[in-house]
Formats: sequence, structure tokens, C-alpha cells
Amino acid sequence: MTDARWSEPAPTRRRWSWTDPALRSAVIQIALGIALIWLAWSFFANAQANLARQGIASGFGFLDNSAGFGITQTLIPYSESMSYGRAFLVGLLNTLLVAFLGIILATILGFLVGVARLSENVVIKALASAYVEVTRNLPPLFQILFWYLAVLAAMPNPRQSWGFGLQPLFNFLADSFAGIGLAPVSSMFRALAGDVAGPSVFVNNRGLVVPRPVFESGFVWVVVAFFVAIVASFLIARWAKARQLATGQQFPVFWTGFGLIVGLPIVACFALGVPVTLETPHLQGFNFVGGIRVIPEFVSLLLALSIYTAGFIAEIVRAGILAVSKGQTEAAKSLGLRSGPTLRLVVIPQAMRVIVPPLTSQYLNITKNSTLGVAVGYPDLFAIFAGTTLNQTGQAIEIIAITMAVYLAISILTSALMGWYNKRVALVER
Amino acid sequence: MKRILCAVAGLIALGVGAGHAATLDDVKARGALNCGVTQGLPGFSNPDDKGNWTGIDVDFCRAVAAAIFGDATKVKFSPLSAKDRFTALQSGGIDVLSRNTTWTMSRDTTLGFNFAGVMYYDGQGFLVRKSLNLKSVKDLAGASICVQTGTTNELNVGDYFRTNNLKYELIAFATIDETVKAYDSGRCDAFTSDQSQLYSVRLKLTNANDHVVLPEVISKEPLGPLVRHGDDQWFDLIKWTYFVLLNAEELGVTSKNVDEMVNSQNPEIKRLLGSDGKYGEAVGVPNDWVVKIVKQVGNYGEIFDRNLGPATPLAINRGLNKLWTQGGLQYGMPVR
Amino acid sequence: MNTATRPAPQAAFVAPKDLRPQEPAPVSNRGIYGWSRAHLFGSVGQVLLTLLGILVVYVTIPPLLKFFIFDAVWSGAGRDACLPEKIGRPVGACWPFIYAKFNQILYGFYPESERWRVNVVYFLGAALLAPLLFPKVPYKRLNALAFFGVYPVVCFVLLTGGNLSFNNFLLGGTGLENIAGSFAGLRLSYWVQFIIVTGIACGIAALAAPVFGGSRRGAVNGTLSAFGILALVLLAMDLDFGLQEVETRQWGGLLVTLVIAVTGIVVSLPLGILLALGRRSNLPLVKISSIVFIEFWRGVPLITVLFFATYMLPLFLPGRFTIDGLLRALVGVALFASAYMAEVVRGGLQAIPKGQYEGAQAMGLRSGLMMRLVILPQALKLVIPGIVNNFIGLFKDTTLVLIVSIFDLLGILRASFTDPSWATPTTLFTGFGFAGLVYFVFCLIPKIRSSPKSRRPRRPSRWNWSASTNGTAISMCCEISTSP
Repeated sequence: MTDARWSEPAPTRRRWSWTDPALRSAVIQIALGIALIWLAWSFFANAQANLARQGIASGFGFLDNSAGFGITQTLIPYSESMSYGRAFLVGLLNTLLVAFLGIILATILGFLVGVARLSENVVIKALASAYVEVTRNLPPLFQILFWYLAVLAAMPNPRQSWGFGLQPLFNFLADSFAGIGLAPVSSMFRALAGDVAGPSVFVNNRGLVVPRPVFESGFVWVVVAFFVAIVASFLIARWAKARQLATGQQFPVFWTGFGLIVGLPIVACFALGVPVTLETPHLQGFNFVGGIRVIPEFVSLLLALSIYTAGFIAEIVRAGILAVSKGQTEAAKSLGLRSGPTLRLVVIPQAMRVIVPPLTSQYLNITKNSTLGVAVGYPDLFAIFAGTTLNQTGQAIEIIAITMAVYLAISILTSALMGWYNKRVALVER
Repeated sequence: MKRILCAVAGLIALGVGAGHAATLDDVKARGALNCGVTQGLPGFSNPDDKGNWTGIDVDFCRAVAAAIFGDATKVKFSPLSAKDRFTALQSGGIDVLSRNTTWTMSRDTTLGFNFAGVMYYDGQGFLVRKSLNLKSVKDLAGASICVQTGTTNELNVGDYFRTNNLKYELIAFATIDETVKAYDSGRCDAFTSDQSQLYSVRLKLTNANDHVVLPEVISKEPLGPLVRHGDDQWFDLIKWTYFVLLNAEELGVTSKNVDEMVNSQNPEIKRLLGSDGKYGEAVGVPNDWVVKIVKQVGNYGEIFDRNLGPATPLAINRGLNKLWTQGGLQYGMPVR
Repeated sequence: MNTATRPAPQAAFVAPKDLRPQEPAPVSNRGIYGWSRAHLFGSVGQVLLTLLGILVVYVTIPPLLKFFIFDAVWSGAGRDACLPEKIGRPVGACWPFIYAKFNQILYGFYPESERWRVNVVYFLGAALLAPLLFPKVPYKRLNALAFFGVYPVVCFVLLTGGNLSFNNFLLGGTGLENIAGSFAGLRLSYWVQFIIVTGIACGIAALAAPVFGGSRRGAVNGTLSAFGILALVLLAMDLDFGLQEVETRQWGGLLVTLVIAVTGIVVSLPLGILLALGRRSNLPLVKISSIVFIEFWRGVPLITVLFFATYMLPLFLPGRFTIDGLLRALVGVALFASAYMAEVVRGGLQAIPKGQYEGAQAMGLRSGLMMRLVILPQALKLVIPGIVNNFIGLFKDTTLVLIVSIFDLLGILRASFTDPSWATPTTLFTGFGFAGLVYFVFCLIPKIRSSPKSRRPRRPSRWNWSASTNGTAISMCCEISTSP
């Protein structure tokens, strides 16, 4: 451009050209826009014409109508006379419950197996590999059905339940605490043991029945103590970190925190004279009355989802750990760190950067896979709302739209949360 | 399958069906009737190992096909779970739902359907283990009860137990096979459904003789075929297919004697079989439609006996399903 | 460090060779003793772990062997052969149950006289796929063309019977459908319309060509050849080969499982590539609609998609179209799989260094050519493990169709669990054992080829939320692959 012999042509009006990129992109986008609008419009018009012709009810008014059907597992009070909206909530909570517990279980199991696959110990390594290969290659629906049908078939009926007594356990704990001189703790367990004479945990083909703790009014202080302990541990952790940065001295944060969080509520418990009793389940008629019952549909779904997903998480964890350069481990060793701290302080924090993004997808998969509970009669959102409610009201479009929107919202929320976490652990490059 | 590619072409060239409502024309153009049935319920609609369907609900669809095409085999059966059946009919995936469906007011109105008749008058009962020694449904207080979701049964149980102030646990499954399997493996103390269904489910259990059906009936369950709102011609055809099946039995026209009956001088039979009047054309099919139906499928009594009667493993008593002339409720409107 | 490769010593103070002879490793690190110390009994914790592992093996393996082999019943005609009280010994797996149901498991309700067609499909598939998996076998291009291009059409004709007797090609209702005349199952009206549409398409192509910087001639040629291929495919489907029609409702078992998985993957690959390119496009509308499409399908469970496609889709279509039930499910599965495939391909596209794009642009390649000749070949090669994982995910997801009343492998087995003539205490476990084995084997086959890459993850230098710079990271990101 600086060449004197070359003079830039005077800026003229831009000539219209067939090959103008702006024109091209406009043409493409207009064509796509028209196609999309036309598609959406014809879907909409067809659906509306079809619905109008058949006189099918529409709108969301049905959510207030009474549902009329019973649900096996309800986390919030529910009865048949309540509305479809309430049933929707019950289903949503059931979905969230199984997804949440599934995520926790799968993560724990997955990390264990993933680390085991890198173990020096050949037996453990082989077992972990076998676990991963088997669980990942069997369809989740297969695993859910297997756990449900196979385990149900192996369980006794309620009359022949396998009963386990908690009394010996509590007595044992009471004796041991007495032995080490903690008389108040001992007496608490003695009292609890008195509440549960005879077997109190039952396993049968109606599920797992455990005693229900009944809290008396004073129990609220135990909860307060628990939260106070958490806050205190947090503050101690901050103080310890600051001190370590300043002086290099370490403080046993973990054990202090653990002691506080476990100890403080127990102390509070005794101070208040153990404001909790246990309601023991007992067989009455066909089923157990009292206590908390975990239904087999839930157990099989939770088991299958956690076991299946743990296989994938194990692989993610393994790859993540392998992705940390060997030099890091060697450097840690040469600094004199033992293998435990090396893993905890050097390897895992770096591995998390590789682990978190695919882990998010696995968490989403658990949530989405929980819909498969419909195959074993677990009352999740899909079964209750897109199944029973849809059938009763016939309002397919509204209901499927709500259901899809809920799952989408859960997905987006989980992604956002994990994205935030990922940002925290991500490598900050300067 | 024949129409797959046309359908793909249709997807490409999406257009709006401008008030396109003639189901009969669609069926004729397609060359086959799409009929929604159960996923397997002996006596009503059940596929054998080779995929051949039998049952009264299946035979009803065959009768409709015989009326339209003169060929009872031109039916495609879509197995549907109770939960999915209404969506399939609403969306037009099937032309008629003949799947032991209870006629209720909401289904007949807000869900957008028309019930054509009652193929089987039924009531809800309970199947329990003999070893429990139960005498009545009221003994089931506190029991776990298996039910198929999306049925009137699911709602009736709730009503009944609440009315009687009894506790219960309801476990609802999406398909009948799952429900049966769960009951069989002991997940539930009782299985509830329409009584006819209980008889046939009992045969699917590991040891059928260990189970009994309680005598009580807790609801009215009129089961019949249904179609979408908005196509009166199609509704008429389905409704009258049902009525002529009853009339044929009442007039003694059977698959064996229908050829002679065509020459009968009885005016009622003449109108029924199309030798007098144009009653077939009135519902958009050939006038000899009833001859084709009865010849290929039989009359109502033959259909009932073949699928549910004493000669079958189900051995169900006709009871309410006898003709009105014999003290039952089945009453065919006159062809005139 | 290898002494042999060390550069010759430059200074006098560097010893010419190792002065001390190398000593053997200490006994504790050598041989069986050393190995077992390192891998089995190094410390108390190690010993405990080893014992625990052996305990787990002892608790699981012998009972499994006992059940499936030693105590199993291998022949018999009905449930009596598998009832312990009838044959007087503990009974493990009841294999006669599987023999009895074997045809249903393989073919569903496919008519007995026509099952040879399914066998031909199975055999052809295996024969075409096997050489593709081995890099040394020649004629890769031809082989791939046969497998991805010709084989699906052959399968379609064989499995359905073909002879679709098409009526209208986009021009129904214009009076053209009234042209009479037919030959060997072909209708004149359809092919006249086809020729007219081809003409129109060529016209549009010629008009639009300059906008996209191509020559009119090239555009017309391209359109003509596309329509030519389409004509061949349609002709194959339209012709009457004298095969009996078999409805998809009669299909079942492994046949349905494979049809869904293979169709899903074959359709989702091109669609996924398009979506991935769309997501990276700099045209806002294209980009946004791609993102919305991908994120929507990835965010909802497959069951809701299948339910929608199977039972609700006809509600959104004009009344005269009825779509085959299996096809409806296939559409749902294919769209769902495309979204996941798009993310896999996107991973590959992002892994291509910027220099490749810039290099291609510097060579004067237009974006279409750049993608086709430079970027996609490299990106796709990178994501092969991801595609394989997607396929495996899809294969497992086919089980979900049983929720919309299509009987795949698992569906057929589950239905036969309620068959009273085979009701025994072990039927259930036998069925699960068999189905598990089938799924396991089918999921493992595709991994055989892709394993060397995916088995040994290399260390990525850094990880970035979306972009990754090596194949390992991508294959990992693909492990997440499809799931409902």
C-alpha cells in the first residue's frame, strides 16, 4: 500500500455482486429462517387443527383437578384427593431424591474404583477393571430390571422377613463407651437400646424397614449445635490456613473439625437428656407399620444407576489421574511427601481439572436415566406426570412440554453449577 | 411399512391438513386398518409365538376390516400399554382403539373420544394368593396392591379404600407384564384389575392354582372400542359394526349359515345382510358388509365363545354379556 | 538414559565409560518375589487389599460358574426339565428356555419362511464390516461405500420386502398423480413427478450457484448426480422383487436392536457433522439454532423423546400421513443421537490447531473446501473413539424402545419371563445371564479396534472446558456419550 506507483482506487459505492459474502450469509439465514418458521408454524397449525377437531381439552387448568391415584413413595404429604399439581411435585421430588443419592453413591464408588484401577496391587486392579468392563457394557435398563426382578425374587415375604436387631449393637456401643469412661454417651446408647427390643431392621420383598427416630422438642438444640460446629470448623480452617501461610505451622484441621461436628451435637444431646426415641416397625396384617420403609423400586433404581454410572466415573477419574504429569508425582516424592499426601495435595487437585467436565455429563445422565424407573414402577416425575397424569387427562402436549422443560431446567442448572465449580478448579494461566 | 417413504416425503413436504377428517378414506387409501390393542392379554388381544393375534378386541377390529375391505386380515395391530393408548389414538397413530377400555365420562368428553359400544361388561376385582385365606376385599386392609397405571382400576382402588377407611399401598406399573411379574414375585399381596383380566392374568402366573379371584366387584367397567371425536362417519361405522355383530347373533346368523341366510325371507335378516336396503352404503362400506363380517369373523356370540367361552382356558361365564333376550345387557339397535 | 547414545566425551574429566560394573537389582526387587512384593504383598495394607480381592473373587466366580455351567440344565422340553423337584438335583441356568426362545430372540415375530432374509442381512453385515475393521485389508474406499451406501438399501429391501409402489414425489395434488400406467411395481405417475422435480431442482441450483461462488455447470452436475443416486435408491425400494412384505411390527429381538443402533449411527454421523459445523458457524441464526437443537436433545431424557416420537408425532403432521411405528422411533433415536454426535465432532473440530485453518485459507480454499479437504478428515480421525463410544451408547439405549412397545432383545426376553410354560425359579436369571452376555459381546466388538487409542490415555498438557488438544481428552469426553 505504501508503494507510490500504486494508488488505491477511490472508494466507490460497493458494487453489487453475486459472490458478496454478506449476500450469501443473508440468503442462507433467510432461507433457514423461513424453513424454521414454516416448520414451526405447520407443526403448530396441524396440532391445533387436530386438537380442535377432536375437542380435546387444553390449557393448564387440569393441574388443579384432583388426581385420584395413589403414589407409593411420597416425600411430602399426599393423598388421592390432592391435585395433579401436587402429584407433579411428588414425582419431581422423587426424581430429585434418586438422582441426588445416585450422584453421591456413584461418585464415591467411581472414585474408589478409578483409583483401584491404578493400584499397584494386581488383584485389586484386575477386579476394578472387570467391574468397569461389566457395568459399562450392560444397558442401564437391563441393570435396573435385573436388580428389581432378581433381588425381589430372592427376598422373603413380610412374614418371613429377615430381621436384624439394633439392640446388640447399641448395647455393644454402650459397653465400649462405658469401658473408656464416657458414661453419659454410654447411657444414651443404653436408652436407645431399650427403645429397640427385638429385631427392628427388616428386609423383605416390600423393601427395607428401619426404625424412625422421633424427635422431641428439645432436639432442635442438637441441630443448632450441629450447625454451630460446622461454622466453627470453617472458621478454624480459615485461621489454620492463615497461620500456615504466615508461620508454616500446620494444624490438624480435619480431626478438629470432625471432632467438633460429631462431638458437639452428641454433647448437646446429653445435656438435653437424649430428646429422641426410636419408633420400631412391627408387622401388622400384610405389611410393616411404623418406621421408615425404603421401597424396592427405589432401591433397585438407585443401585442400578449408581453401579452403572460408577463404571464411567471410574474411567474418568483414572484418565484424570493419568493426565497429571508424572513429574508432579516425582517432584512431590522428592520433596518428601508420602503417597497419601501426594495424592491428596498434588495429584487430585490437578486431576480435578480434567475430571470435572465429563463428570458433569455423568451427573446429568443419572438424572435423565432416572426416568427408566418407569420400567419397575418407581413413581418418578416421568411415571407420575408423563405417565399416569397424562393418561388421566389426555393433555399430552401440555404435559410432555412441562416434563421436558423440567428435565431441561435440571440439566441447565447442574451444568451451571458444575461450570462454576470447574471455573474454581481450572488452571489460572497468567 | 409400505408407506414409509411416502411418509418421509411427507416430512420433507410438510403441509397442513386442511380440515382433513375422513378416517375412512385414509384407511381405504392405506389398505389397512390401524387398530390399537393390548400388549398381550389372553382372551382380549394376545399375540402367539408367531405374532398372530387372537381375542375379542382383535376380532372386533377384524370385523371392521371385513366391513371395509371384505378382508378381515387387513388390520395392523399396535400393541399399546394402558398408559400410552389414549395419546396414540388422539394423535392419529391408530384409527380405532379396541383395548378393553372402560367407557367413562371424561374419556368420552374432555379426552376427545367417542365410545362405540360395550364389547364386554366387566367389573373390577382382586386376585390374591389362596394361602392368605381372604374372604373379602375388606380383608385387604394395609395390603400392597399391584395395578397397571393409566387404568380406571388405579382410581377405583383409591376410591374404594378411602370410602372404607382402609389403608393400602398402591404400586403402579406401566405395562401388564411388569405388573404380573411383580405380583408373581411377591411384591404385592393383591393384583387388581377388571375381573376378565384377572382370569387371564392368572394363567400367566407360575402356579395358577395358588391364586384365586375374590368374589367382590368394586366398580362398573364397561369395556368397548373407541374412536376420535370429529369424524361422525367413522364413528357410525365402528358403532354399527358392533350393533350388527349383536343383531347377527340375535337373528341366528352365524359364520356357518350366513351363506344360506342371505336368501332368508325374514325382513330383519334381509336388511341386516344387505339384500334389502342400502345400509352398508350408509356407513361408507359395501352393502354386503355384514355377510363379510359374519362369514370371516362370526357374530358376537361366536367371537365370545371362541375367545373367552367354556372351550377356552379362561372359561368365562357370559353373565351380563348375554343378549338382552337371554337376560343380559347386550342389546343391538335395530337395522332399519 | 542409554549409555550407547551418549555423545563422545569432550573433556578429560568425563569418564569414557561407566567405571563401576552395573550390579544386579537387589533380590527383593527381582523375580517372582520382587514382583509379588511390588504387586501383592508390599505392605500390611497391600496384603489386606489382596486378601479382600481374593475374597471377592471367591465369593463371585465359583457360584457363577456353578450356576451357569456345572448345575445348568442343557436340554429338555419344558419347565419340568428345569424344576429341581422334578429332576432331583439343584438346578442352575435353564438353557432349554433360551433354545426355545432363540428364534424369537433373533428374529422377533418375523415369518418363519422369510427368516433367510434376516440371515442374509446379518451375514452381509458381518462380511462387510469385518474387513473394514482391519487396516491392512485393501479396497477400503469401495468397502466403506458398500457398507455405508449400498448395504442399508439392500437391508431395507430385504427386511421390508421393498416394492413400495410410490405414488407421488412432492407433487401430489397437482393432477400429476392421475397419470396411469405401471411396470414391475413402478408407477409412471411417480417417476414423471420425479423427473419434473429434478428439473426444478437443477434450475434452482443453477440460479443459486453464483451466490455460493460455484459455477452454474458444476451446480447442475452436482444436483443431477445427487438426484441420480436418489433415483437409484428409490428405484431399488420401488421395484417389485417378488419378496413378501413383512411389517415392522413383526420384527423383534436382536434384529430390532441392531436396526435401531445401526440406523441411528448411520444417520447421526452426517447430521452430527452438519450440526457441529453449524454450531461453529459465524452466521448468528445458524449458530443459535444449532445450539438450541443440540442442547435441547442433550437435555431431555431419551424416553420422553421416544414417547413424543412414537405417540405424539402424528398429532403434528397433516392427517393423511401415517408413519410406521418403528420409523417413528427411529426418527427420535436418530435426532437424539445426532445431538450427541455433534458434540463429539465439535470436540474434534476444536482439537484442530488454528494453523490448519489459516493454512487452508492461505491456500485460497473456500470454507466449504477447507472443511472437506483439510479440517474434517483430521477432525474425524481424531474422534473415531468417540464415535465408537457413541455407537456403544446407542446400542445400549435401544433397550429403551421397549417402553414404547417395540420388542427389542431385552423386550422379547422380558415378555417371555411371563410365559407360564417356562416358569421356573431360575428362568429369570438364565434370561438375564444370556441377554447380559449378548450386550457385553456386542459392546466389546467395536472396542477391539479402537482400543489401542482409548486404552492408554496420554497426558494432555492442559485441559480447557471445551477445547482439548489431544485425542485422549476427546475420547474421554466422548465416554460420556449418549445416554437418555
